[in-house]
Amino acid sequence: MRRQLLYLVPAVIFGVIAGNFLWGLISGHDPRAIPSVMIDRPVPEFDLGPIDGMAGPGLKTADLSNGQVTLVNFFASWCVPCRAEHALLIELVKFDGVRLVGINYKNEAEEARAWLAELGNPYAAIGADTTGRAGIEWGVYGLPETFVIDKQGRIRYRHVGQLDTDALKRTLRPLLRELGK
Amino acid sequence: MRVFLLAFALMLAAPAGAVEPDEMLDDPVLEARARALSQEIRCLVCQNEPIDSSNADLARDLRILIRELMVDGNSDDDVKAFLVARFGDYVLFDPPMKPSTYALWFGPALVLLLGVFGVFLFFARARRASHTPVPLSSEERARLERLLDDPGGGET
Repeated sequence: MRRQLLYLVPAVIFGVIAGNFLWGLISGHDPRAIPSVMIDRPVPEFDLGPIDGMAGPGLKTADLSNGQVTLVNFFASWCVPCRAEHALLIELVKFDGVRLVGINYKNEAEEARAWLAELGNPYAAIGADTTGRAGIEWGVYGLPETFVIDKQGRIRYRHVGQLDTDALKRTLRPLLRELGK
Repeated sequence: MRVFLLAFALMLAAPAGAVEPDEMLDDPVLEARARALSQEIRCLVCQNEPIDSSNADLARDLRILIRELMVDGNSDDDVKAFLVARFGDYVLFDPPMKPSTYALWFGPALVLLLGVFGVFLFFARARRASHTPVPLSSEERARLERLLDDPGGGET
């Protein structure tokens, strides 16, 4: 009897491997996503001016620890998924009343202005990261990226890549609701 | 023959890297240090290439940043710590030894030990099996006794 059980071993190994592959296919897990070390850390030091030719004071560290829950979105006009998620950001601001600020990452001012004029500007404030240094401080390695900052100015969540309704429903909205209490 | 020589010479050629002249430092010692360090830093965009040979925009930014930090007098370890604080251990091609990476460091050795143990077990069992003779079945014993009882040696 014990010998016969041994014959099941290859089948079990196959099952485990196949299960792993299946999980990789359907879980939506992104193998390229790098676990963030920024979670639960205070917002990094940065101080950015506004996009050239736009009004507003720009964006700096102190703007993110003023007792409000804030969404920080890295975007650029050259970033295609940014365009795709833009409507969701507008919706979030409109219907959820979220405070959303943007960091315009390595973008020509003219193109960024045209992009915002075309798609709408949901950002309460925008900092222009022309050199990409602020992006490095935030550990950003690909656009778009979205961070959730709590009332104390700590990073609580980071979403790498395009926001979609699924991410909104599953993580972003519950988290915003919890932090907003 | 000439083809083989050429192929061999090509094999020896050092990879050029993606470092552009405008990124390089004037101080050759610092520049050499920066080059060596950039080969240990993973490009986060391409993920299997060091920033030294990556053409990604972020890799270029990081190369320049590394040089700035070095000019400011930071040691190699300072620069690494700076990058790890922002991007995590992932930026290092050589992962540090700590509890969360023990599986990575000791896992292969553990698998090897398990294998050695398995092989040992297999041979120990095989040896035991070949040394203990299989006892005769009752039929065989009966036949043996019949043969021994019959001095003629013939089977009837």
